[in-house]
Amino acid sequence: MKIVTICGAGIGSSAILKVNAEKALATLGLSAEVVAADVASVREVSDDANVILTSQEFVEAIGTTYAEVIVIRNHFDQSEITAAVERSLGESPAP
Amino acid sequence: MGLPPLSDDAVVLGASAPSWRDALRLAGGALVRSGATTDAYTDAMVAMVEEHGPYIVISPGLAFAHARPGDSVLRDGLSVVTLAQPVAFGHPHNDPVDVVLGLAVAGVGTHLESIGAIANLFNDATVTSRLAAARTPDEVREIMGVSA
Repeated sequence: MKIVTICGAGIGSSAILKVNAEKALATLGLSAEVVAADVASVREVSDDANVILTSQEFVEAIGTTYAEVIVIRNHFDQSEITAAVERSLGESPAP
Repeated sequence: MGLPPLSDDAVVLGASAPSWRDALRLAGGALVRSGATTDAYTDAMVAMVEEHGPYIVISPGLAFAHARPGDSVLRDGLSVVTLAQPVAFGHPHNDPVDVVLGLAVAGVGTHLESIGAIANLFNDATVTSRLAAARTPDEVREIMGVSA
């Protein structure tokens, strides 16, 4: 399974989402690759992604994708991020 | 190493910023004064929001100002600006902003350590309001667990 986090530069808010998504995976006992990237490279990195975590501002630019796009409001709210990861990955069978 | 040091030069408390651009310029100016960046980095931080919108307001009351690594970053750096009057960035959920955290990273790869430290720090939802209420740079450093 793969989670992609997206922001403008690929090093700031997406990196915070990556760190907190990895904590969420650990809490949930799930394993997935987590990749942070800038919105310009979303096509290259999210081909095989199950989930994209991002801010509202990037939803339109991400456009149509096979991955489930989830908007995170508060990047530091571990419960919001854990709930998003659980909802999107917790029910799907392992690859 | 977790977060970069935070010198007195990199802290601006109770500042006045009429607009989000002014708020970002204060955070950028503090990075420049502390020796971490050049003025071009400040321009790049403002340009990120002009291009992509107010997404840097990543939690209630907090703007995480940063741009890409590059020639305008002289070394890793951190700055903290608190605003006397909160300013709107146009974010649908996390406005208004009263704390701006400026970050400069010299190279991708090492920056995830700093980011991890920032995530651990701000996962405590009281940190932003405690920073907003801080009266001295020492108080700010104590809240953030960083050196001068």
